[in-house]
Amino acid sequence: MIERIIVLTLVKGSTYAILASGIALIYGVGRIINLAHTAFMMLAAYGIWYFAVSSGWGMAESIAVTVVGTGLLGLVVYRFLLNRIREHHAAVLLMTIALGMAIQEIISPLFGSTPLSIPLLMKGTTMILGFPVRDQYLLTLGVATGFVILLWLLLSKTKLGIGIRAVAQDPEIANLMGISVSTILMITVGIGTALAAVAGIFLPPLEGGLVNYMWLPPLTMVLVVIILGGLGSLKGAFIAAFFVALIEALAVTSFPTHGYLSNAFAMLAMVIVLAVRPQGMFGTLFEEERL
Amino acid sequence: MSELLQLFRRPLKEFRWGILPVPGRLLAIIFFVFLFIFPLITSHGYPMYLMTIAALFTIFAVSWDVLSGYSGQVSFGHALFFGGGAYGSALLYMHLGWPPAVTILLGTLIGTGIGVVTCFPALRLRPPYLSLLTMAFPIILERIVRSIPKDLAGGNYGIRGLPELAGSAIESYYICLVVMVISVLIMWKLTDAGSKYVRTGLIFHAIREDEISARATGINTIRYKILAFAIAGFFASLAGAMYAHYQTLASPAYFSLVQSFLAIIWVVFGGIVSIYGAVVGVYSLYVVTDFIRLTPAASYQMLIMTIIIILILLFMPEGIAVWIRDKLERECPRCKLNNAAWRKECRACGASLH
Repeated sequence: MIERIIVLTLVKGSTYAILASGIALIYGVGRIINLAHTAFMMLAAYGIWYFAVSSGWGMAESIAVTVVGTGLLGLVVYRFLLNRIREHHAAVLLMTIALGMAIQEIISPLFGSTPLSIPLLMKGTTMILGFPVRDQYLLTLGVATGFVILLWLLLSKTKLGIGIRAVAQDPEIANLMGISVSTILMITVGIGTALAAVAGIFLPPLEGGLVNYMWLPPLTMVLVVIILGGLGSLKGAFIAAFFVALIEALAVTSFPTHGYLSNAFAMLAMVIVLAVRPQGMFGTLFEEERL
Repeated sequence: MSELLQLFRRPLKEFRWGILPVPGRLLAIIFFVFLFIFPLITSHGYPMYLMTIAALFTIFAVSWDVLSGYSGQVSFGHALFFGGGAYGSALLYMHLGWPPAVTILLGTLIGTGIGVVTCFPALRLRPPYLSLLTMAFPIILERIVRSIPKDLAGGNYGIRGLPELAGSAIESYYICLVVMVISVLIMWKLTDAGSKYVRTGLIFHAIREDEISARATGINTIRYKILAFAIAGFFASLAGAMYAHYQTLASPAYFSLVQSFLAIIWVVFGGIVSIYGAVVGVYSLYVVTDFIRLTPAASYQMLIMTIIIILILLFMPEGIAVWIRDKLERECPRCKLNNAAWRKECRACGASLH
């Protein structure tokens, strides 16, 4: 029982962490709540299915092609759809909703509405402290940790990362210092959607297959994660991802017949946390304080 | 005869000098006249059904605009009020068997109550947090409704077999239309920042632009934010309750995230922070995309809708109604009166418009 909760928490938490770090990055830098984020994840999952199952490529190639392709798609979407209406916040909000719905509607005629499944990357199980754990789950945890460390290294050690942080802190001053704000934003959205694509490898097998409306439940969960962690804070998003996954795992194991209640419990936790701390667990109350 | 003329003199004067020279106002009048004579043009089932629902969704969309556009509390969970009103009246009918007129009114009050209670944790949050917090409540309520046993609240498939609004389609249409026109007028007057009688419009604008300054000038912003939630909640619940009775069904889908997104879609498409934008948004986007259902492209209905939204937003990011209005009208730089765009000088003060 307890081991099942721990495994579920760690696995779900890692996929949420990958998704949430992408959405938190895009919000932190561009102040865009990207409601199409999980739709990109779903698109990547369908891409992997198309290359690996339908066209018979190897898993490694299809994953590489899809992740890079989704990242490029994110760049293109930002460059041609979001950049020119960046000043109009309501329009940007609606644009991301419309993009998510467009992706859902493009997928349904192309792939049909029967659930598809992505093959697991690793099939075996490993015994940890006497409990069998699927290798796929260990891989998910490892990949999530790896990507978060990579993202942290990128943001703190490279020149690009300094540029991204500068734009996040103050776009106008960053512009005066010779940083092209729209290029930085474009790259950030590209990285964010590529991260969503990485989550697309691991989330569908956990959610029980690929269907064209599967982007909505993870979307609400990921929004809960970034709010709980504090908007724009990567550390907060990472910790809150596991917290939300723990709540979900507890709900699923205590009410096995009412699996759909897990969302409600996560939402309830968010309401309680926000009632106590209006800025989330790791957020700051004023924009200027945030690093 | 002359007394009759006397009686009509003020409205006629208003029409001649206040409405006729301003294309936007003239178009609005023509549009509402068209809505009132619509059953004369066609009384087929489907167009009537579509226009009735469009009227109800207009109330829903305009109420989102009041809350999110005017007072700046961008809500991702407006379906909470819609579903709350629908379930309130449906439950009253189911357990007490009261007639629609009573259940709709009480259901609306229940929906408003739910809205006011749930807005309390939202009051001290900053905008993005507030949006995502409001998203939580309809989802929680939807899960609760789904998990309650079927004989208490309908369960997964909702409450079926509610009494209809009125006996005939035309009657329902006129009921919904009149309620819509009255609600939109009330919300328009409440949010009118230049009004001499109601202060709420000005205060909502102040809260949206800078809440701290508004508080510094002595406005109790908390009270006015609750008021904004109550106004928006009242009208959205009204729309929900009437919608449930028109469809004879209260379903958990009324609480869904998509239902909340629809309000955002219509309002931003038409033009946020303008009541007419929401009306135009519903009547253009909803009616046009629903008519696609009759064409061979029916299965691509949603895709066509999203493509229309994306294209319109790219070229008119402020919304289609605002864009058209900017093309048709120009504000006089001296006396701030709206003039037709093709006039060379202001109709009141004669200042050059170029």
